[in-house]
Amino acid sequence: MSGPDHSQDQPEAVSRRQFIGWGAAAVAGIMIAPGVTLFDLAHGRPAGEAASGKVRWGMLIDTSQCSAGCNDCVTACNTENHLSGGIRETDSQWIRKMELKDQRGGKTHSLPMMCQHCEHPPCVDVCPTGASFKRADGIVLVDRHICIGCRYCMMACPYKARSFVHEEVTGQNPDVPRGKGCVESCTLCAHRIDRDQKPACVEACAAAGRNAIIFGDLNDPQSEISKRIATYATTQVRADLALNTAVRYQGI
Amino acid sequence: MASIAFREIEGQSRGYYALLGAAGAIMLAGLAAAYYMEHHGHIVTGMTNQIVWGMPHVFAVFLIVAASGVLNVASIASVFGRKFYKPLAPLSGLLAIAMLAGGLMVLMLDLGRADRLIVAMTHYNFKSIFALNVFLYNGFFAVVAVYLWTMMERRMNGYSGAAGLAAFIWRLLLTTGTGSIFGFLVARQAYDSALLAPMFIVMSFSYGLAVYLLVLIAAYRWSERPLADAVLARLKGLLIVFVAAALYFVTVHHLTNLYVAKQLDFEKFILVSGGVYPLLFWVGQVALGSLAPIAILAYPALGRSRAWIVVAALLVVLGAFAQMYVTIIGGQAYPLQLFPGMEVSSSFFDGVVHPYVPSVPEIMLGLGGVAVAAIIVLLAVRLLRFLPESLDSPLVEALEAKAKSEAAA
Repeated sequence: MSGPDHSQDQPEAVSRRQFIGWGAAAVAGIMIAPGVTLFDLAHGRPAGEAASGKVRWGMLIDTSQCSAGCNDCVTACNTENHLSGGIRETDSQWIRKMELKDQRGGKTHSLPMMCQHCEHPPCVDVCPTGASFKRADGIVLVDRHICIGCRYCMMACPYKARSFVHEEVTGQNPDVPRGKGCVESCTLCAHRIDRDQKPACVEACAAAGRNAIIFGDLNDPQSEISKRIATYATTQVRADLALNTAVRYQGI
Repeated sequence: MASIAFREIEGQSRGYYALLGAAGAIMLAGLAAAYYMEHHGHIVTGMTNQIVWGMPHVFAVFLIVAASGVLNVASIASVFGRKFYKPLAPLSGLLAIAMLAGGLMVLMLDLGRADRLIVAMTHYNFKSIFALNVFLYNGFFAVVAVYLWTMMERRMNGYSGAAGLAAFIWRLLLTTGTGSIFGFLVARQAYDSALLAPMFIVMSFSYGLAVYLLVLIAAYRWSERPLADAVLARLKGLLIVFVAAALYFVTVHHLTNLYVAKQLDFEKFILVSGGVYPLLFWVGQVALGSLAPIAILAYPALGRSRAWIVVAALLVVLGAFAQMYVTIIGGQAYPLQLFPGMEVSSSFFDGVVHPYVPSVPEIMLGLGGVAVAAIIVLLAVRLLRFLPESLDSPLVEALEAKAKSEAAA
């Protein structure tokens, strides 16, 4: 039994497919265009455009919403930045969960600790080559290309936020270049922020239903983070150093 | 008066070649260790994300501190006008250059990206004391080289006073820079003190002079040249003062910290409960490295013996390594205090003392730096006129008489 002969239908079929294709493209264009416009209007910025000093990205961590058993922010960070997730003394950990217990009274707290993205970062001060730097929007980063691996920034950081890459790394996220012999730390997911997304840990915390990490623009009085800081008592870790951290904690 | 005749050593003996060969072998082992570390990454060392600076830094900082201090002998001659020290000056400058070269080699080869040396030389953040040190170290080579030239080239002798003064000021700046690497670390309880800069300067006097004494005695013994006891008597007297002064600074540093409530837990760790660190501090740095050499050198029956002077100088060097280890490794081993009054724990080793076991490659790299310094000295004293042909009693007496007559006039 042979199938119907479609050879005669071919030209017509192509033109029909073309029509459907053009139609789909047009519909997609109509649907996406407003989104693209919105993207431009929001904080996302095209490649080549410098970060703006008008914003200062920050986080508020509500420790009352953070639970000792939950490690979702750490897992999300490892997944996003393609870290191994290992916890040997030589493994990179950009964010870690710290368990606190008051020596008097025994009150416990659980909280994530990572780069605090200081306004006056000691790591930037001590870096001999300028590889440690602060972006205009307050994000503290390491330039992978001029880091010589001296680890002076690791000596200088009060938060133990930085890791040194002790061995070859494979399977990198193209957005987050890493490399043996260089120092690295939390980038506040700068690559996501530049696409108008929230840092991976913030999303994961929200997905877990906790919303313990509020991310936003500290310079915008209307942002949720600014409103929260204006309303509740918050603390900076090692406030005695007056580094004016972009990461603040509530409830400790 | 007797003129000072400088002459190259013959350098044909079996002993000379054995020394050169041994230093060469250790240097090659150090370079092999650096290659191994570079190839595999720092995973093959004892260093971690907690102890980020390890054995290479113990060696490198010792060599750099001692390098600036060893120049003191020359400074005493040209800056403070003590004619007695003039014949000792060229060796002092040579050792300064050699030890700095050795120390910098170790520091550089320990970098995560040693291949980016060119980046370190072309990108500067001038707020970083490390970046300033790049200038201080390179400048030191140049200033001391010019100083040596003015001392060793007869036509340039007239400038040696000015060059010596420049070198003296430069070496003070350099050691200030080295001490400030630690002094400027606000985050860590072990450091963060303006006292560290002057303390490192005084330590450099003591480390440098001990090394100078050892090299001087060895060089004159092995080249069979006369060396008067009067030379050693002066140097050993100075060493007593320097070791005591360094101990004074260490005492003041700890006493100050003990007065500050937030430093008490760290002081308890480093002085009492921290395991290997209190042991190295009290036995290595204080007892063997400071009190014992002072006692040996000050006790007349021992202080006159050349063998005991060597023992005392070796003890000072041993104490120096103990002090570097306690300062650099011990300072990092104690956990950072993020939440005072809280017990803390995490997957990143918060709240626990960080262990450190030096690895063989690290130690080999460090020894490689010492070997490089030795090779530079061995070759230089054979090729150029660094060492006086004789430092015998008549020459020394003549120098002393001249110094006295100048003082009287």
